[in-house]
Amino acid sequence: MATRPQVRPLSPHLSIWRWRVHAITSITHRITGNGMAIVGGALFTWWLVAAASGPDAYMTFLAVARGPIGVIVGIGLTWAIFQHAASGVRHLGMDTGAGLSIERSKLSATLTWIFSIPATAAFWLFVLLR
Amino acid sequence: MFVKRGTPLGQVRGLGSAKEGAHHWWMQRLTAVGNLLLFTWFLASILTLPVLDHFTMIEWLRQPFVAVPMVLLTLNVFWHLRLGMQVMIEDYAAGGTRVTLLLLSTAFAIICAALSVFSILTIAFGA
Repeated sequence: MATRPQVRPLSPHLSIWRWRVHAITSITHRITGNGMAIVGGALFTWWLVAAASGPDAYMTFLAVARGPIGVIVGIGLTWAIFQHAASGVRHLGMDTGAGLSIERSKLSATLTWIFSIPATAAFWLFVLLR
Repeated sequence: MFVKRGTPLGQVRGLGSAKEGAHHWWMQRLTAVGNLLLFTWFLASILTLPVLDHFTMIEWLRQPFVAVPMVLLTLNVFWHLRLGMQVMIEDYAAGGTRVTLLLLSTAFAIICAALSVFSILTIAFGA
């Protein structure tokens, strides 16, 4: 105990890693997860409570959701869902011991972005154009 | 960090693993897979609803095969996000701040989940 340095680096070592795609994907998983936990969790609850409270409360929710801030937050949450889901599947695969080499890790990290950005675009094109 | 006192056994008691890490890890994975299934259904359902006004939403939510998956989704997602927030808090916060944030995140998850489940059931039971 006595020989340990007093200040030790905290996981996930943001200050010492080089910013490459697998590092960015890793911290993005944490940011999207905790962002959705707070913002998404609160909005999800508001949506259901408003629906149960009646048409007026639901109108208030819809007015905010359909406003410019609502759409921006909605697009952000949709992307966060797709990115966190893709990154989560990557984690589930890595949990089995698969794809842990640097090359495979970079490839799977890149694929999460190749999935999440077009998926978000497709989702909102469908919502806005139908 | 701490003052040495007591017997050698007394000094090490309470240190080390709480022996709950494996269960936390496993529940995070189980709820992750649950979220994959439930959110695929949820997003597909929302996308295929004709309009999103109050009447349509109520009529959709009160069906048994919507209300029950929605309750399961609520429990699953708030359980998962509670576990995930714990991982972040334990990585970045220490001491009293850590305990406070863990309590707040737990309260947030339970209150939101309870409000959501109550709302779904209120709609489903036709109030």
